[in-house]
Amino acid sequence: MPIGRKLLIKLGAVLLILTISQLVCGQTSPADTNARLAKLEQQAADARSSADNAWMLTSAALVLMMTGPGLALFYGGLVRKKNVLDTMMQSFALMAVVTVLWGLFSYSLAFGAGNSFIGGLKNLFLHGVGAAPDADYAPTIPAQTYMVYQLMFAIITPALIAGAFAERMKFSAMLAFTVLWSIFVYDPMAHMVWGRGGLLNASLGGRFPTLDFAGGTVVHVTSGVSALVCALYLGKRVGYPKEPMPPHSVVLSFIGACLLWVGWFGFNAGSALAASSLATSAFVATHFAAAAAAVGWAGAEWIRNGKPSVLGGISGAVAGLVAITPAAGFVTPMPALIIGLIAGCFCYWMVARVKGMFGYDDSLDAFGVHGAGGTLGAILTGVFATSAVNPIFKDAQGNTTASGLLEGNAHQMLNQFVGVATAWVLAIVGTLVILKLVDVTIGVRVSEDAEVQGLDLSQHGEEGYYWEASA
Amino acid sequence: MTKVEAVIQNSKLDAVKTALHEIGVEGMTVIEVRGHGRQKGHTEVYRGREYSVDLIPKTKLEMVLPDTLVDKAVQAILTAARTGKIGDGKIFLSRVDEAIRIRNDERGEGAL
Repeated sequence: MPIGRKLLIKLGAVLLILTISQLVCGQTSPADTNARLAKLEQQAADARSSADNAWMLTSAALVLMMTGPGLALFYGGLVRKKNVLDTMMQSFALMAVVTVLWGLFSYSLAFGAGNSFIGGLKNLFLHGVGAAPDADYAPTIPAQTYMVYQLMFAIITPALIAGAFAERMKFSAMLAFTVLWSIFVYDPMAHMVWGRGGLLNASLGGRFPTLDFAGGTVVHVTSGVSALVCALYLGKRVGYPKEPMPPHSVVLSFIGACLLWVGWFGFNAGSALAASSLATSAFVATHFAAAAAAVGWAGAEWIRNGKPSVLGGISGAVAGLVAITPAAGFVTPMPALIIGLIAGCFCYWMVARVKGMFGYDDSLDAFGVHGAGGTLGAILTGVFATSAVNPIFKDAQGNTTASGLLEGNAHQMLNQFVGVATAWVLAIVGTLVILKLVDVTIGVRVSEDAEVQGLDLSQHGEEGYYWEASA
Repeated sequence: MTKVEAVIQNSKLDAVKTALHEIGVEGMTVIEVRGHGRQKGHTEVYRGREYSVDLIPKTKLEMVLPDTLVDKAVQAILTAARTGKIGDGKIFLSRVDEAIRIRNDERGEGAL
């Protein structure tokens, strides 16, 4: 194209002249240079903030998706047909109720400035939680993004416990229990591990710095252990273990588990709190652990029962996701595979053997998967954590020091045990006291008639699958 | 008039339906049922817990036929539904006193 080329040459010549004249005449003062530099820096920071904020808002949405519909479907499929709506409603109700609590005071209790055990009331009604970042927690995103991201964790944690009391707890009692549990167990635990000055905080001056990247202790150990306490306190479902109570739809559970797997990328990779290479590392570790655990659980079943079940495969994936949660931002892909594989086999053994030996009725295996898998993951994090992935520990001179046992930091194992033990004790004591309180005031369990009829009808006046022809 | 009830394997429904249409059967009611005869059930394992399932899903066909058609219908079902293994199902025949078409109150074989 001769015309186009001519035009290009002309344009080039003009540009050249302009550039030379700029070089010759354009003597800028130092003050101008500084101003321009500052402006550039600001623009770079804004660009980074935009990128991080985009990822963190996406992550927050992904974590909410884990509760609804992820967990609701996963649990809903595992119960009997007559309890499917009640089970789903337990997840959904927490999406609403915990959100209200979080806005009013829970965020402040968990993340506001306070003592080693619980935050204060400085951020009551989200006072001071706005567009400006909180430099201690996440320096590149609005504090409000951080707040809403953390909210999604506060929602799913009590929802996980529902797996233990499914099919027999009064809906009103479930609400009362989870509200109190959220305030007196979750908020302190989140503060201890992630809050400024929390007892177990690894990067903000904790007394026992526990490595917990995305909530192995805060979310899974607390919910799983509380689940065991609930299962023991409420007792067995009517007819358990004599009557068969197989899942009414493994199809629903399958969809739920796959949504959980995807949502978990927001949970773990989002816990990098930035769209950083650390987020990538956590994303990869998360995925590898889930895959290895699915292979582990289904494989163990194949060897023992002669058949690999679909429910085994998806339960394994969830167990792997649980176990990698505290480790996600501290380990490389190969240890993630190992953690996943161990978790898949271990949780299978807990659910298929140990539960039967002790005879407790953890309806949907919240303890076997989240309590056991979470505890295992927290311990293994202390083994496999490496400063190459996440240089979290520094000496007085600011040099990076070893993270985990294999890197030479044997002392970290003690901290991990302290973290796990704290979560266990808080969960057991807190859950027992709250259950007792709810039991003497409104009663925790539905009547036998209501249980036999099913909680969908007795608690909500609805049926999940309405049979009558409608047209 | 005779009522023919046949409990058959689910997988044989299409073959039986086709065979019945071919000999001139015009209407039938098909129901998904569960039950067992001498056939043993199977076990299912969910998270390590075994459940024995002894009520097996089957398909039940019901039709009321003019007596002239009954033998042919029975033969058609036998041929189409048989695999020779336990669990092929059963056919029951019983007398029917009256048939009434709701649309126009027609009675007897004409209502079939």
